[in-house]
Amino acid sequence: MYDVKEIRDDFPILSREVNGKPLVYLDNAATSQKPRRVLDKLAEYYELHNANPHRGVHRLAEEATMMFEESREKVAGFIGAEDSRSVIFTRGTTESINLVAYAWGRRNLREGDEVVLTESEHHSNLVPWQLAARDTGAKLRFIPIRDDGTLDMDEAEKLIGENTKLVSCIHASNVLGTVNPVEALAEMAHANDALMMVDGAQSGPHLPVDVASLGCDFFAASGHKMLGPTGVGFLWGRPEVLDSMEPFLGGGEMIREVHLDHSTWNDLPHKFEAGTMNVAQVVGLGAAVDYLNALGMENIREHEKKLGEYAYRRLSDMEGITIYGPSEDRTGVVSFALPDVHPHDISQLLDEEGVAIRSGHHCCQPLMRRLGVAATARASFYLYNTEEEVDLLMDAIQKAREFFGAFAS
Amino acid sequence: MMRELYTQVIMDHYKKPRNHGEIENPDIEEHLLNPLCGDEVTVYAKFEDDKVSEASFTGRGCSISQASASMMTERLLGKSRREVEAQIKSFKAMMTGDEEFPEEDELAALKGVIQYPSRIRCATLSWDAFSRGLNGG
Repeated sequence: MYDVKEIRDDFPILSREVNGKPLVYLDNAATSQKPRRVLDKLAEYYELHNANPHRGVHRLAEEATMMFEESREKVAGFIGAEDSRSVIFTRGTTESINLVAYAWGRRNLREGDEVVLTESEHHSNLVPWQLAARDTGAKLRFIPIRDDGTLDMDEAEKLIGENTKLVSCIHASNVLGTVNPVEALAEMAHANDALMMVDGAQSGPHLPVDVASLGCDFFAASGHKMLGPTGVGFLWGRPEVLDSMEPFLGGGEMIREVHLDHSTWNDLPHKFEAGTMNVAQVVGLGAAVDYLNALGMENIREHEKKLGEYAYRRLSDMEGITIYGPSEDRTGVVSFALPDVHPHDISQLLDEEGVAIRSGHHCCQPLMRRLGVAATARASFYLYNTEEEVDLLMDAIQKAREFFGAFAS
Repeated sequence: MMRELYTQVIMDHYKKPRNHGEIENPDIEEHLLNPLCGDEVTVYAKFEDDKVSEASFTGRGCSISQASASMMTERLLGKSRREVEAQIKSFKAMMTGDEEFPEEDELAALKGVIQYPSRIRCATLSWDAFSRGLNGG
């Protein structure tokens, strides 16, 4: 296990103050902070190596290409992908899912086909499929959640059938703190000759991920939620599936031969990487992966599970509170609502104490409807958060309640 | 600082909202969602002789959005369509800092919200809904 106090020094932003109080950053499900190593890597790339990869024979172009491709190897290793050519760099999870919805969905879905999602999807794994369904006549079906936030697997069994062409599901919820049994869903999908896609935006940064044991065909994640820069994420796909797909975006780099009236496509992964990529960000993501590996994903998972459960326990003691999702076996995402202070107001009053949490629908409007709320407050922890910060969160919430309670009803 | 945002007037309207509820057979019934946060409001109004004879709201949201809706229903009562439009326009200009809040006006309680750009939409939500309703959605 690593020493949390020690590694906090690696994150320059964690020593800043907000409203005269030490920053307590608990909005990690939205984006993570960056260690010095990643920030230095960005600067080093631009100061020493900047060039357009895969397009030149001069020294800088060679170096840029090498650094870019090294990051691909690192990401592949990070998720247990055997073949690094099956890792496609994108702008993030959203673009990765759109890539599949366009390049695979629009080619393979027909009227009568079904795409099975869940009630708890982030808009990024719902709207792309709504668009694909509208274009192809395919139908969307939704696996319901139980009251504790877990997936109703009995219903999943009934929903996934011979018409199913794809099952796509969040691996971990950005609201409920649940980890979904995507392995079981992948088995159900494959038993019906359907593909399985996993939205790993909230799992990639927090859990050990091995695409082979998940049994999925696609896995998507975002760099900025896992200590990396914004503007970069990735899609992993089973090589034979990616090979069978047409390109997503057309342009430079993704081609082999271009004529005025037609073109042929480059090999994987370049077929899906049109135009100049976010090279520095990809290189920065590689440094982020190094950092995560050095701490160990098992350790990070254990640390966050403890924090999530500790926060759940402390919050449970608050009068009248509703906490969403299961009490145990959860990630470091804890959503809650209080009867007396609206999530926005909690969030605003917490900011006054230097505590950053998120409030709102968390890009999960259908899930909010299912939970019967317009918004929740959400604290989300990462590898650098401490139990003392959970305590500071509790003190700040208590203070917010007292502030609101002081006004006469 | 929080006292500048959460003023006595706002908290009073939040905890004791005026004109909260539906109106039967309204001339205006407009639902609006704040896509940023999921907060929602529905405003209702009835007109008699081109004047607002009843105005109300329902919905769920933060103290700022609920208090602003409550104040709005009181403010628009008795106003003609033309006056309502002018009042909404003026309020929105105040919330963007393009117009001064008149002194001794209850709406000035919302002045503090300007310092928090992400919350301005909370204050204008019900006013936008009314404006949409007035102009046929």
